[in-house]
Amino acid sequence: MSNTPQNSSKTLFEKVWEQHVVVEPKGEPTILYIDLHLLHEVTSPQAFEGLRLTGRTVRRPDRCIATVDHNVPTLLAERFNILDQIAAKQISTLRENCKEFGVELYDIGSREQGIVHVIGPELGITKPGMTIVCGDSHTSTHGAFGALAFGIGTSEVEHVLATQTLPQDKPKTFRIAVEGELPKGVTAKDIVLAIIGKIGTDGATGHVIEFAGSAIRGLSMEGRMTVCNMSIEAGARAGMIAPDETTYAYLKGRRFSPKGAEWDAAVAAWSQLPSDPGAKFDRELIIDAATLAPYVSWGTSPGMVAPITSSVPDPAATQNESERRAFERALEYMDLKAGTLLEDIAVDRVFIGSCTNSRIEDLRAAAGIAKGHHVSTHVSAMVVPGSQAVKDQAEKEGLDLVFKAAGFDWREPGCSMCLGMNPDILSPGERCASTSNRNFEGRQGRGGRTHLVSPEMAAAAAITGHFVDVRNWAAISATAEVN
Amino acid sequence: MEPFKTITSLAAPLDRVNVDTDQIIPKQFLKRIERSGYGEFLFFDWRRLQDGPAAGEPDPSFVLNDAKYKGAKILIAGKNFGCGSSREHAAWALSDFGFRAVIAPTFADIFFSNAGKNGIVLIKLSEEDVALLLDRAAKTPNYQLTVSLENQTVSDAQGFHATFEIDPFRKYCLIEGLDDIGLTLRHAADLDKFETAHDQQHWFQPRA
Repeated sequence: MSNTPQNSSKTLFEKVWEQHVVVEPKGEPTILYIDLHLLHEVTSPQAFEGLRLTGRTVRRPDRCIATVDHNVPTLLAERFNILDQIAAKQISTLRENCKEFGVELYDIGSREQGIVHVIGPELGITKPGMTIVCGDSHTSTHGAFGALAFGIGTSEVEHVLATQTLPQDKPKTFRIAVEGELPKGVTAKDIVLAIIGKIGTDGATGHVIEFAGSAIRGLSMEGRMTVCNMSIEAGARAGMIAPDETTYAYLKGRRFSPKGAEWDAAVAAWSQLPSDPGAKFDRELIIDAATLAPYVSWGTSPGMVAPITSSVPDPAATQNESERRAFERALEYMDLKAGTLLEDIAVDRVFIGSCTNSRIEDLRAAAGIAKGHHVSTHVSAMVVPGSQAVKDQAEKEGLDLVFKAAGFDWREPGCSMCLGMNPDILSPGERCASTSNRNFEGRQGRGGRTHLVSPEMAAAAAITGHFVDVRNWAAISATAEVN
Repeated sequence: MEPFKTITSLAAPLDRVNVDTDQIIPKQFLKRIERSGYGEFLFFDWRRLQDGPAAGEPDPSFVLNDAKYKGAKILIAGKNFGCGSSREHAAWALSDFGFRAVIAPTFADIFFSNAGKNGIVLIKLSEEDVALLLDRAAKTPNYQLTVSLENQTVSDAQGFHATFEIDPFRKYCLIEGLDDIGLTLRHAADLDKFETAHDQQHWFQPRA
């Protein structure tokens, strides 16, 4: 444990890593202590079963929090009477496991329930400098607070339950600085889509990204979570952002945040975390925020993105044979032709939600676009708040009324159509503007076609029936074409 | 975990890049609470025709439906294999189907870890070598590869021979079929000591 001041320059990641090294056995991975283990219904049953089979217990139930999110229906009537019996069994299994092993569960109907990566931060459970794991790749979200947070598989879930540690090889570091002022209408989602488009879906494999620069510092915590959330889509082990006043302002007063003198001590500790001047990264990339635009994905991998002002790219323009075939296959699956303007792509469905973009700020932004308009007659649109708390807050602000008046479905919280494990799925051939994180083949339903966008872009597509450049929304929404 | 030493087997070519875990095992099979029985769902959507009168029937053009690759224990694929979701079900499905090794230019991090915990050896070879093996596996009848984990080599009967890198500790665990939790618990005394001190720093506690 190294809580003493360091003389040599270190990165944020290195500081958090060093504070959690239990032991570094020679020739073996480091045993890293895990502060917080988040659990959900899908990736935990086989881990708990493993404990039972080996007669092991949960070492630190107080460092575990469980909720149900992936499978839960988003229609109120179905939530307490889940029709899919296999899903219902998985949820009841989590209940039984939490009870047996003493883990706190935020169940359906509780005011804390929600997407695991939304509730951790909003309850003040997620804090700077922590190590956080979950059997879910989007655990990288929590890195927005300066935590080292990463997704793990079920064997590792069992390992953390049993030992509160993980054997880990130390990742490399990658600093991505987004400098300058973000143009109006360009969001955190667009920043991260642009980065993935630039470095590729394996561009950060083996690395922990530290997002830095004035455009990142200028983001709210919600925006920072959106950026870190999709680190995994660039292949990164984790994404992190140094804690600062924005972080502390977000955390102060939250239910599980420290209070009084403990708060002051915590802020003092957290303030030591940002990368030291001169700290060395294995890789660095600088992006000029002024060059960014709203992005739309056109293919079946999150790296297949383009600015809204452009068109579907031509596979012939790719660098190599395997990339060309991947582009051709993507265009075939997406039923798109090279050269089609992105603004000419019509959508059938719109999904606003997921651990990427379902927080209160996302819903405010989408409602800001939707207000006073109506969803296009050939579009079906839904808004799924990330948590019960987000839903309650949105209803307090009247956002639900804005969405409903505009013809959006207003649903109960969960992962929903981001991955379609619950009843919310696309039909084959349907095209969806989605604020989620993955446009893989069949991700939102077999044969479904996903276009990843920001909440503003999704809401605008719902209104107009096709993609538009939200930077021109005032002019677009004033025309008669908007019904 | 089944120990891994050397295997000689048919090799199946899956000539695609960025094969994500949603394709390896689609979401509808993640609702099960068991750890076994995922093999029949491996590449579920790719193995079946999606459109037309025969929708739902096996797609004869998909490599794993081709009788000549039946029983293959080695899969050859494009770069960034296993990207996307952390679902260990992807490793369970590959293992349950019978694969013991996957050869590709690169693998996604979480999948890399999951595969190792299920006795699947992931072998990184150069883009050129993988392209050659994909081609040979597609064109050569009864194309067999030999993977020796002990010697860290991949070879065929046509003179192909390549060595691959693997972390020595990972190699040792795969060869011995070792349980990770047991290995970590060798350090129980260190863990107790660390945890007692770490718990004093309240800002590391989930709930203040």
